Amino acid sequence: MNAVSIAVDLAYLLAAAGFVVALHLMNSPATARKGSRLSWLGMIVAVAAALVSVIHDGTITTTGWIVLIAGAVGGAAAGLIMARRVKMTDVPQVVSIFNAVGGGAAALVAAGDFVRLAGGAGISTRVMIATVLDVIIGPVTFSGSLIAAGKLQGWVSSRPVVFPGARLVTTAFAVIGVGAGSYLLAGHDSVPVLILVTCAALGFGVTMTMPIGGADMPVVVALLNSFTGIAVAIAGFVIDNGALIIGGALVGASGGILTVLMAQAMNRSVLGVMMGGFGTGDSGPAAGPAAGPGVSIRRISAEDAAIQLAYASKVTIVPGYGLAAAQAQHEAAELAALLAGHATVFFAIHPVAGRMPGHMNVLLAEANVPYEDLKEMDAANPEFPTADVALVVGANDVTNPAARRPGNPVSGMPILNVDQAKSVIVIKRSMGHGYAGIDNELYTNPKTGMFFSDAKSGLTEITAAVKALVPS
Amino acid sequence: MTTGLMSDIYMFVLAILVGYEVITKVPSTLHTPLMSASNAIHGIVIIGAIVTASQARTTAGYVLACVAAFFAAMNVVGGYSLTDRMLQMFRKRPLPAARDDGSGQRGELS
Repeated sequence: MNAVSIAVDLAYLLAAAGFVVALHLMNSPATARKGSRLSWLGMIVAVAAALVSVIHDGTITTTGWIVLIAGAVGGAAAGLIMARRVKMTDVPQVVSIFNAVGGGAAALVAAGDFVRLAGGAGISTRVMIATVLDVIIGPVTFSGSLIAAGKLQGWVSSRPVVFPGARLVTTAFAVIGVGAGSYLLAGHDSVPVLILVTCAALGFGVTMTMPIGGADMPVVVALLNSFTGIAVAIAGFVIDNGALIIGGALVGASGGILTVLMAQAMNRSVLGVMMGGFGTGDSGPAAGPAAGPGVSIRRISAEDAAIQLAYASKVTIVPGYGLAAAQAQHEAAELAALLAGHATVFFAIHPVAGRMPGHMNVLLAEANVPYEDLKEMDAANPEFPTADVALVVGANDVTNPAARRPGNPVSGMPILNVDQAKSVIVIKRSMGHGYAGIDNELYTNPKTGMFFSDAKSGLTEITAAVKALVPS
Repeated sequence: MTTGLMSDIYMFVLAILVGYEVITKVPSTLHTPLMSASNAIHGIVIIGAIVTASQARTTAGYVLACVAAFFAAMNVVGGYSLTDRMLQMFRKRPLPAARDDGSGQRGELS
């Protein structure tokens, strides 16, 4: 071990330590940005160390430099443009695309090692195991994440796509992948078989994700993020590099935790989500109020809502998927700022509000709402009994009091206790069902006024009406 | 079974435990940026792409290295830019003087 390789290894260690501290700094909005910067710094140190190592070894050819630089510059430009241009409401699909390419890269690194060694002195069992795992997990994440991104963007139907024999095709891909993988593990370093495994894994990623509904995509994206982490760690085993192992393992763990937290907040099991066939998201276009027989709802106008809000001294705003879908975060922030002139106002945010956990916080932060005004479920729930008005904007299942009773699809789901507020205003396009597919008892509660409108225009109308009542 | 493999396994297992400990404390407010940040961290696979490029000698090797470098660089640069863009929007409440300026908007510190 010479001085250069020791220095390089220490730099990798420094980078890995930076990632850990960076994730720790994500514990608070006040330090999170510092954490992200530190993590970026760690990445630069690691890349610099790798380049120093490569230059010192002198093994890289001129063509190697050209393909490396061309690929890296092109990829960096593509990533930068996407990250800069994406609308905040579309963040989940871009995260999913970045995740896809990460998984793809891990598979390519392992494949590169395999192709180099194939037909030569033979590949050690250790490298072979890691390579096979990588060309299975990597492509599954790649194609699965792309389909997930397509569903979130609307390029692929967000409904569960199931055709006769779909399960059979998925199973066939799995069998081919595992079978061909075992052939490689038995000591055959055949490149065509490696390609076969990769293709089967790509197909599996597609058929695994297609039957899962759009509303479940956040869980899928988190799970695939975890897979990519594991794939990167395994690529670290292939090329014997600690930075990849530690970085990948950290992501594998964090993705796993997020997956479970998300599934819990949606009242679903991870396995149930992956088996697919449920959760089609918001229930189609507005069909007007259509309450069932024997159920009375109280319709109110923007002016009625404005009067209640103008004379309230404590208002809680409950934003949901409908607000994110209508991109009404700026309108919500404007109304909140207006009401803050005479009342205490805060946002009560369910863990899965928006299109991804924590997404609503990002949207409201974009609209300049200070993060002190964003209360998480546990902090918000004790506030509802003293709130004069709870204004629900496009949220459904996460406010359904039926969750407190056993025996229905939302039973046991953590909810916001909106029904405990002194009065409730709901802005919603229709009486359409949420993703659980059941009636929301909150909407038929006598103290609830329903204002049927899309989130954006509804909030704009209410804000205008409040302005007329409260001279600013 | 080499010592290298054993120490790799040690690292892997311990890093998973550390990741678990660190992440469970992150509030749900920050889950989207966290997902994006951890997404950026697995861009460390770019080191793998560099190593692959350094060892490539055949056309197939060069193509794999080039695509791997493209994917990994997109993952790293995109992931960090997006995370930073989201996190810079999280701001504290402006000073009270700046809050009720009558415009109905909460501006930045001014």
